[in-house]
Amino acid sequence: MKQVTFEIVSNRPIARDIYDLRLSGDASAITAPGQFVNLRLPGFYLRRPISVCDWGEGWLRLVYKVQGKGTAALSAYPAGAALDALTGLGNGYDLPRCGARPLLVGGGVGVPPLLGLAKCLTAQGKSPCAVLGFNTAAEAILTEDFAALAVPVTLCTADGSAGLRGLVMDGMDRVEDYSHVCACGPEAMLRAVSAKCATGGQFSLEERMGCGFGACMGCSCQTKSGPKRICREGPVLNKEELLW
Amino acid sequence: MVRYTHVTLCGVELDNPVIPASGCFGYGYEFAELYDINCLGSFSCKGTTLAPRFGNPSPRIAEYTGGMLNAVGLQNPGADAVVAEELPRLAKVFRKPILANISGFSLEEYRAVAEKLAPCPQVGWLEVNISCPNVHGGGMSFGTDPRQAAAVTAAVRAVTDKPVLVKLSPNVTDITAIARACADAGADGLSLINTLLGMRIDLRRRRPILANGTGGMSGPGVFPLALRMVWQVSQAVDLPVVGMGGVSSAEDVIEMLLAGATAVQVGAANLADPYACRDIVAALPVAMERYGIESLRDIIGGAHG
Repeated sequence: MKQVTFEIVSNRPIARDIYDLRLSGDASAITAPGQFVNLRLPGFYLRRPISVCDWGEGWLRLVYKVQGKGTAALSAYPAGAALDALTGLGNGYDLPRCGARPLLVGGGVGVPPLLGLAKCLTAQGKSPCAVLGFNTAAEAILTEDFAALAVPVTLCTADGSAGLRGLVMDGMDRVEDYSHVCACGPEAMLRAVSAKCATGGQFSLEERMGCGFGACMGCSCQTKSGPKRICREGPVLNKEELLW
Repeated sequence: MVRYTHVTLCGVELDNPVIPASGCFGYGYEFAELYDINCLGSFSCKGTTLAPRFGNPSPRIAEYTGGMLNAVGLQNPGADAVVAEELPRLAKVFRKPILANISGFSLEEYRAVAEKLAPCPQVGWLEVNISCPNVHGGGMSFGTDPRQAAAVTAAVRAVTDKPVLVKLSPNVTDITAIARACADAGADGLSLINTLLGMRIDLRRRRPILANGTGGMSGPGVFPLALRMVWQVSQAVDLPVVGMGGVSSAEDVIEMLLAGATAVQVGAANLADPYACRDIVAALPVAMERYGIESLRDIIGGAHG
């Protein structure tokens, strides 16, 4: 964990209520895809945890959804503004567990951390494929970014306005074989994906957080191996730990 | 001019009066990754019960303009694990005496937890939580009735020679009545305030945000209320008071001392800014200079005239 003041390079909408936030600053505390940062927003008491979409030396990319007043305020921050963040938080995806052909399953604003994961996996010579689900075409994000990594994408929309009409579980039926599943999205989706996949898996969970770094126990969940703090031992937990 | 930040709490000297509050600092090591926590006066460890507890279902955290609400419900690994694992780990990063915050659902449990924690060499004080608003049948129910508050105080008092602080609830009509009951039952000091019972409602779901329905309010929004209660209690009893509730700056610490607190705890501020306590400690001599304070000891209760 590290406290860093980033500078906003750009902060623009890429789909309905979804923003692409590019930051410059020290991202060295981020060690794995699936980790998150916790942003301090003036006028709001608690920080806002946002998953890392992509990062590199001296830069960070976050893709977030406007959910409430905090993220609405964030969406109005201009380029050049400073942003106080705690970075490198949580436990991300474990790459060695993914095998040679992992399947990445993302729903809605759960898709962004899977892009960083796809980038790390392809850099290691793995061959991931992705099933990305959205409510509707107007909310679909990052499909071109996956394509740019040459990661095959099965796009699903609940209303059929883009790609396959259906949920990510329907998209999973189209994927021939896979070594492992890495998923991020709403809890109902994660449960359904976990029930469907015959392989091992890693699932990124979400919860309202107090501190985001393990001090307050506000975001704890029960697992087969005892209580876990989603901000510290999570957000990515292994399938066999989950009580689903 | 040299500024003296030392204070003495129940016979134990603190380098400064800044103490992270229970439940907002874990067992210390998350913060020790960020800075040397030996700059703190002390710290109050996560509230400990006899058996391990998971606490309440999620969501357990909500926000309001002046701070936050929590309904964690005393998640902790239980007294045996604290003694066997947490305190030895803590010893590697913190070398000063700590406040062992204990809680229970019966007099027997309070006594049993006190018996396990009090002999630990790191424990300088026992802080008896009779004011958790997030558990049922324990916690706050002991802190809202003077007779029960006195009974818990006496039960813990009987099993240790270490100083016993009793942590009081603000969710009462007259906090001084509870304070007097604890003083008469043998408390060495009083900590106040625990969180205020509050709630928020999710407009989309039209249900309380917290799964527990209600939670404890903390943060700067409760500071004036906490200050008023510290003022009242420090006049009502002749015991040292540890003041807390929304403290976020060196100026807040000084205000608490002027109201009658001997030491001060910092809670929610640590969660919004993990460096909050370190920065408050560093800012104290600067604030003392600005307000013409040579020694913090000299200003305790100073606003009472």
